[in-house]
Amino acid sequence: MSDQKLVNLTIEGRPVSVPEGTTILEAAKTAGVLIPHYCYHPGLKIAGVCRMCLVEVEKWPKLAPSCATTVADGQVVNVYSQKALDARKGVLELLLINHPLDCPICDQAGECELQDYTFQEGRADSRYREPKRFNPAEDFGGDVLYVTNRCILCTRCVRYMGDVAGDRALCVEERGDRAHIGIAPDHDLSHPWAANVIDLCPVGALVSKDFLNKARAWELDRTASVCPNCSQGCNVTLEMRDTTLVRMKPRSNSEVNHFYLCDEGRLNYEWVNRADRLETPMVAGKPASWENALAAAGAALKGATAHVVASASLSNEALWLLKQTAGTGKFRVAKGAEAPLPGVPDLALRADRAPNATGAELLGFSRADQPLAGAGAVVVIAGDDCAGLDTGALASAKAVIVLGSVVPAGAPAGAILLPIANFAEEEGTFTNLRGRVQRYLQARPAPGLARASWMALAGLAAAAGKGGVYDSAEAVFGAMAKAEAAFSGLSYDSLGLKGQMAAGARVNA
Amino acid sequence: MGYPHKQHPRETPILSKYFGDPEARTLAGWKARGGYKALPQALATDPVAIQNVVKESGLRGRGGAGFPCGLKWSFMKIGDGKPHYLCCNADESEPGTFKDREIMRWTPHALIEGCAIASHAIGAETCYIYIRGEFTQPIAVMEAALEEARAAGIIGPNACGSGKTINIWVHRGAGAYICGEETALMNSIEGRRGNPRIKPPFPAVAGVFGMPTTVNNVETLTAVPHILNNGAEWYKAMSLNNPKSTGSKLFSVCGNVARPGNYEVPMGFPFKEFLYDLCGGPLPGRKFKAIIPGGSSVPVITIEEAEQVKMDYEGFMEFGTMLGSGGVIIFDDAQSMPKQLARLARFYAHESCAQCTQCREGTAWMTKILERIVAGQGTFEDLDTIFELTENMTGKTICVLSDSCGAPVTSGITRFRGEFEALITGKRSSTVAVG
Repeated sequence: MSDQKLVNLTIEGRPVSVPEGTTILEAAKTAGVLIPHYCYHPGLKIAGVCRMCLVEVEKWPKLAPSCATTVADGQVVNVYSQKALDARKGVLELLLINHPLDCPICDQAGECELQDYTFQEGRADSRYREPKRFNPAEDFGGDVLYVTNRCILCTRCVRYMGDVAGDRALCVEERGDRAHIGIAPDHDLSHPWAANVIDLCPVGALVSKDFLNKARAWELDRTASVCPNCSQGCNVTLEMRDTTLVRMKPRSNSEVNHFYLCDEGRLNYEWVNRADRLETPMVAGKPASWENALAAAGAALKGATAHVVASASLSNEALWLLKQTAGTGKFRVAKGAEAPLPGVPDLALRADRAPNATGAELLGFSRADQPLAGAGAVVVIAGDDCAGLDTGALASAKAVIVLGSVVPAGAPAGAILLPIANFAEEEGTFTNLRGRVQRYLQARPAPGLARASWMALAGLAAAAGKGGVYDSAEAVFGAMAKAEAAFSGLSYDSLGLKGQMAAGARVNA
Repeated sequence: MGYPHKQHPRETPILSKYFGDPEARTLAGWKARGGYKALPQALATDPVAIQNVVKESGLRGRGGAGFPCGLKWSFMKIGDGKPHYLCCNADESEPGTFKDREIMRWTPHALIEGCAIASHAIGAETCYIYIRGEFTQPIAVMEAALEEARAAGIIGPNACGSGKTINIWVHRGAGAYICGEETALMNSIEGRRGNPRIKPPFPAVAGVFGMPTTVNNVETLTAVPHILNNGAEWYKAMSLNNPKSTGSKLFSVCGNVARPGNYEVPMGFPFKEFLYDLCGGPLPGRKFKAIIPGGSSVPVITIEEAEQVKMDYEGFMEFGTMLGSGGVIIFDDAQSMPKQLARLARFYAHESCAQCTQCREGTAWMTKILERIVAGQGTFEDLDTIFELTENMTGKTICVLSDSCGAPVTSGITRFRGEFEALITGKRSSTVAVG
């Protein structure tokens, strides 16, 4: 930073100091001014084609596209001068003359930049008396539907696919007002990261087939979270309609996923809403109160050496409490093919299809293909549904304690079942494959009597005479940070919503 | 010689002297006519010295913008370690312009010599001649001439025995008007879609293949050997009006005129005499009405204004229009200006590259409004909308295609408002010509 030359200029009367080479548009953000724009996106190459970001630079004969104009010392930039406002109003009018204005049936409505800027700076009426252009919608493959009529030709999708995804599947076809986004012959948007074009599209031209007509943008509650589908730990926003998760979108984090989320991660969310959940604690095949169930489980654990089957989908907090209560154990991780996003360093859909394998390993748990193998008299199964495992060992066990959101396959009728929340229903942290510890927040209530995993395990620890009293996930994390060298120095406050590297990882880096 | 008419005695044939003379196409024929005299000398001269001679001559770009040629060359930093490129703009896509076509058809070696000198002057070893794809005959002629020049060692790895490398290649355009814009032309050469690029960076910094590049028009480059042979003073002395406009200029004349064709006159020649004497005046029984003097992108002027014009960069500017590429389009009293301008707007709407919003949507909207007026469905508000739309489309886009659509239309409405109003009020239909 220190060797970077700073440029001083004035934007909307406010003095701004930014590094040399910054664009006026980015500099204006530091002054709290968002210059309207469509084709510009911080993750993409500059195109300068929408002409929406025109601003007036004093002493310049023409308006300047702020996305493509770098700052210079002493510049005086007027974003809201009459000349600049008129130019942008003109652009909005032209963008709208052939736009279908089908906002009432458009998925983008409510989060549409064309709506927003028109409301902010556009004309109230239209002078256009001619017939509108019409083109049919086109299925681009993957999760993407192209509604041609709504397209404003900002070319964000074309640049993303070519420059970031490294697959020149999209292009601009035709010229003049006949132009539209075209797809190369024998190509479709089945690239593993292609659905990002939906988020990049500032209007409703590229929409998700999965989300099509599911909900209106203003009905959704949004919660910051972390994608649970692989060990990359992409930051996401969970979008809930009432208590149903209807969409998972990337949340920008320049240290992890920039602006992107892979298709597999994005679309693998329906399981969060599944209704056939374990909702009540069970003891000996009968529903029980938490008090009785925990007491029974605690009694079974006291003095016994438990065989622990953990899960890489449990939070750091839950895994640490599990370690306190029953010791470390084994966990298994589902595997899949890696799929990197070429334009972003160190970003890929990872082979480990679980969010917290690194956290589990830092806490002393180890990987095993058959985590149940060698199980003895007392077995604790936390978070693993045992699907596909040889569960023969469970039949002979004296006590089986299950913490899960579903009843595991092969669980004996007499098992103690403790219902826990899934990641969308609780607070916690995951540690990604590079050792970055990241928080996820609660987006929906857990069903029935199910408890957050940290809460259920804190109860179990207390019942087994192994642990303190915790009133929140944050308190558990605090205690873990004191006890575990790998997490030392971290707290929920220091993690924020962008995460921090675990101590072990910091040393390695 | 002249083509298609005999040379008019009042012309100043410098570039057009051998138009219509097939022997001038061959290397031997061209040498017999004084060709390739300047090149060997130029190759032995310091590039900056050549730049200075051209600067001194006052030669300005003949493609339309009129940028001083020597100054443009001086932007190329000789010895910066990067490969430099020269692009000869032979796209000649501007409607009404057909001077470069004749230069390439009849005197291909004149262009090759100009390209080779310019390449040396800007430190380029490679020159691309970007020829409009529809110019099938000029392409064939140029290819044959380049082959001859290569075989004779005039260009190639040891051009004229100077030890310098100058390779010249022909690149065919694929039919887009906008590829005559220098940055779109460079994209097209690179094999990309012919979209203009944002400036900066300017071509002299990052042009074709990201390397320093100069783009010059055919006529500009063809004038260079004459300047080196006869001196900058000779070229400057040709100017008849404003000393900022020097040398001779080819004008392509088309439309409602007795003798359409190419005419070469010195800068500052009186337009009135040009129209009535050289071009033979209007067709029998007709009268000139309006003129677009510099290719379809420049504002239209009335014949009364045109008769006062001195034909140079400043002379046309005085009447609110431009010399442009020198494509003179003449309309007589049998033409409906609304119909002509609607046709022109349609051309721009068709050719817009679709990058900038104002151009993509504006040119098409403009066309629809004009065509509605021509069909008798217009309103007075439409005329106001056209002016506001033009304001919106001018000076706000990457290139000037959008401006070029608005300029002839608004200038036409200003000067021929009566014709538009007659169509709007239903007093006249566009099919009734004379009135």
